[in-house]
Amino acid sequence: MTEEVRRHVINYLKHDLRYDGRKNLDYRPISVEVGLIKTAEGSAKVKMGDTEVIAGVKFEVGKPYPDIPEEGTMMVNAELLPMSNPLFESGPPGIQAIELARVVDRGIRESKAIDTKKLCIKPGEQVWTVVVDLIPLNDDGNLFDAAALAAMIAIKNAKFPKLEGEKIDYKHLTDKGLPIISEPISITVLKIGEHFIVDPLGTEESVLDSRLTVATKDDGTICALQKGGSQPLSLEDVEKMIDIATTKSKELRKYLR
Amino acid sequence: MIMYKKRLDGRKFDELRPITAKVGVIKNADGSAYFKIGNTIAYAAVYGPRDLYPKFLQNPEKGILRCNYNMMPFSGSGERVRPGPSRRSKEISYVTEAALSPVVNLEDFPNTVVDVFIELSQTDAGSRCAGICAASMALADAGIQMKDLVAAISVGIVDGQILLDLDYQEEAYDKGDVADVPIAVIPSTGQLSLLQMDGQISKKDLMKALEMGKNAVNQIIEAQRKALKARLEVREK
Repeated sequence: MTEEVRRHVINYLKHDLRYDGRKNLDYRPISVEVGLIKTAEGSAKVKMGDTEVIAGVKFEVGKPYPDIPEEGTMMVNAELLPMSNPLFESGPPGIQAIELARVVDRGIRESKAIDTKKLCIKPGEQVWTVVVDLIPLNDDGNLFDAAALAAMIAIKNAKFPKLEGEKIDYKHLTDKGLPIISEPISITVLKIGEHFIVDPLGTEESVLDSRLTVATKDDGTICALQKGGSQPLSLEDVEKMIDIATTKSKELRKYLR
Repeated sequence: MIMYKKRLDGRKFDELRPITAKVGVIKNADGSAYFKIGNTIAYAAVYGPRDLYPKFLQNPEKGILRCNYNMMPFSGSGERVRPGPSRRSKEISYVTEAALSPVVNLEDFPNTVVDVFIELSQTDAGSRCAGICAASMALADAGIQMKDLVAAISVGIVDGQILLDLDYQEEAYDKGDVADVPIAVIPSTGQLSLLQMDGQISKKDLMKALEMGKNAVNQIIEAQRKALKARLEVREK
């Protein structure tokens, strides 16, 4: 069955055509809703075609890591709800959810998007922890890019809650946002047969040979990579995929404004 | 003595918070719904009837209804909610199943399961009731045979005053006693399929509160029906 779907997908791609009428290097229509979750300190919902992801930011106060006593921390978590895809099952996060969270985390962390030095409350004792939760409502492919975009928009939307002693007053947010230094964009390029595509549908994802997620900063510097899929990539492939990702990142970057 | 004379958000004592109801919100699901009441938002997605594993859970007489209630990590009004099931969420899943089972007919689908996933993206009290309202719409949207819809709402008493649809600041009211009574009503028979209570209330007040809840259910049912009808009209086009 998968073999047939694969052949069918490839036949389309030969003609620079996708199931939904797009070209190989086109994204589906994207829409963004910001600050939609009132109980979160920052939030965003990104819709990419029929894929829909909510990112929510919560603040916590905790102890810093001993090796960086003057820096706050950031954590990204993803829950692949069985609501969003009939193939997802209840239970603790599986490897798919963990990879998604870690790839989004890496893009944000390595681009130094958040100035964690400014999240220090009392050196060695108290720092802010920023937790970003990624929740797909509906998965029709490309959770990586949709989630990374939602995460970054939610981070930009977040406002510090009031701090009273050691306790957070979640009812009252200040008008202070997170200290943001850079704004990464993640683009995932898939290789199916000899074809390269972006923004895969669920069906296309199910027959991929390899994928490469490339996070880039505003100046084009690459800040995180993740290769997936069962087939290896040649250096020429990698170069092509990075070129595609760099070009496409400019398109997606406008949603961060 | 009634001390709570004016509601903190200015509502009348028997007034619901504003409701938004939609169906068909999750494309992958066989049926789905969104139910917002005040600042509480519930999504529900239905998958099935589909194969049930492990096999020993199967019922050769009829399909089973399996509900799963979950709060998204950022949906609580205070700290982040740790992901994964808790004692609270398991109990709510269980009473939700019981609230919906009486109206759902799965006799034609032996050995299968109908999964109902209820996700709260934002809460301000009344989340199990919002979840049941959404789930009931999602089941109907999935084309599951049902005798009726189910509507759920909380009633209660705050410092002597009987109220409909408590919000979080009323549930947490600390200047007097509070009782919170979530109920689910099957409108065609007027019977209750969910009844829980925490707090303290006299029998007389409880019966009055339940009566208030039963009367309010019509407004919820109307919102649910309207959403389902609108979906059918879209399909016809």
